[in-house]
Amino acid sequence: MISAVSVAIELQKVVIMEYEVVIGLETHAELATITKLFCGCSTKFGAEPNTQVCPVCLGMPGVLPVMNKKAFENALKAAVTLNCEINKFTNFDRKSYYYPDLPKNYQISQNYYNLGIDGYMDIRVNGFQKKISIHNVHLEEEAGKLIHPEESGADYSLVDFNRAGVPLLEIVSYPDMRNVDEVESYMQTLRKILLYTEVSDCKMQEGSLRFEASISLRKKGTEKLGNRVEIKNLNSMKSVIKAIEYEAMRQSELLDRGETIDRETRLWDEVGEKSQRMRSKEESQDYRYFPEPDLLPVIIDEKWLSAIKASIPELPLERKQRFIEKFKLSDYDAGVLTEEKVLADLFDECVKLLDLPKAFCNWITNDLLREVKDRKLDINDLKIKPKQLASLVEIIEKGTISSTIAKEVFSEMLQTGKEPQKIIEEKGLAQISDKGLIESVVDKVIANNPNVIEDYKKGKKSALTFLVGQVMKETKGKANPKMVNELLTKKVGV
Amino acid sequence: MKIDKKTIEYIANLSRIELSNQEKETFVHQLSDILAYIEKLNQLNTQDIKPMAYSINTTNVLRDDKLEPPISREDALINAPSTMGVFFKVPKVIE
Repeated sequence: MISAVSVAIELQKVVIMEYEVVIGLETHAELATITKLFCGCSTKFGAEPNTQVCPVCLGMPGVLPVMNKKAFENALKAAVTLNCEINKFTNFDRKSYYYPDLPKNYQISQNYYNLGIDGYMDIRVNGFQKKISIHNVHLEEEAGKLIHPEESGADYSLVDFNRAGVPLLEIVSYPDMRNVDEVESYMQTLRKILLYTEVSDCKMQEGSLRFEASISLRKKGTEKLGNRVEIKNLNSMKSVIKAIEYEAMRQSELLDRGETIDRETRLWDEVGEKSQRMRSKEESQDYRYFPEPDLLPVIIDEKWLSAIKASIPELPLERKQRFIEKFKLSDYDAGVLTEEKVLADLFDECVKLLDLPKAFCNWITNDLLREVKDRKLDINDLKIKPKQLASLVEIIEKGTISSTIAKEVFSEMLQTGKEPQKIIEEKGLAQISDKGLIESVVDKVIANNPNVIEDYKKGKKSALTFLVGQVMKETKGKANPKMVNELLTKKVGV
Repeated sequence: MKIDKKTIEYIANLSRIELSNQEKETFVHQLSDILAYIEKLNQLNTQDIKPMAYSINTTNVLRDDKLEPPISREDALINAPSTMGVFFKVPKVIE
């Protein structure tokens, strides 16, 4: 967010003085299904090329596609969550174009009766809520992957059709965004919604979530939209922000020189951080949409729709509110916890086991996230179980281990997924609360540090901290700190 | 709708087919005739008739999200005009 904010400030300085930037986003999300949209081939990422294919997704003549129910319901779930009006009658259409990533020379998509229309999503920007309208939500099939050989002068491309036919959800926003902060928030909020509803795994590095932006400029205070430019090939949220910043600057410079903006599609060059023209409006394609005769329409009745509505879980903003109200967490902490569904789930499970919300919140938002960051872990692959974190917190409460030792145990738990009790036993980390044992160490430390004792008696209070430290060192941090303090104070006297 | 030579050329380009001048002339007439015939429908009042794209009255044919075995890569590639290793090979696409 920080970079987005600074970018926004830059933009405001240079561009928004005179122009208003108008931004809309098209989002593609691969749906979390086991099989493709129209055939039983696996959607698993990273398989050997052309091993997850069949006559249907290879576009062989005479095959018959059959709709994946899970994919359809996931798309429906997304449309409902994005407050869309649901078309009770939907069908699928052929979108024709020639590009070798499509074996059929058409893509099965929706055009005339999209699954969902006229929805909205609330986003929060700098503490304020804003409603971004959604034009439509529809279902279509993914294309295959093209590989362009590195060798110079190569006159061919290679195709892997494993991805062809993977269910893809397209979400088209209205041009309701006015700066990169709003765009950032829109992308993050949408990602969270798709993750929370388990519609998509949203792995951007695997291409499961992709964005395309359309940008136009207009003089501040005017209504009429300028010619819009679409930007494709945005591989990360960072690219989206950079490309919008670049495009707003490019257009403002053109307008300043009295030139007009061509309606065109541009490709973002991630390395060069600039865009170049892909095609102009005049060259734009004629998709010749017509109803797909191989697929029958789908009618969504009330019963089905209610079942879908009932399956939608608590969404990030609602959950955050519940954390604040029920567990008295701060707005900030509740925000961090609900940022990632896995964290919020972990927290919810933990407080069910042990009613210490603040303690769990601290472990998750501080220690867990720090370890994740330091060790570059994937938050979705964490080994820690709610039961384990709950027993760790219980052990700390009982005073079996100190909070310093607890951090060591926690780190081990994250790495190995072992039970905390087991780690404590294996490493001999249990806190020493044996008065006799602590007393013997305290005596030893006093005997070894006569000068420090002198200083303390002369009034140097910090000397006691040093002595406590020495006792902890001797016991490898395991001595009960409260008892150490008491015994030292008693023995050294004042 | 008027079908002229330009329209024929446009459709031919979309369909990726090459037509001789004579063929273009032929198709101008043939397609114009077909459209004129279809335009007879405009004589009917269709104001309250919904567009219909499906000739059978069945809907909601969906399948469960269950894996089916794929075909082998050898079979997948066997009919391709051009392949390279484990891939389909196509003329260079620039985008």
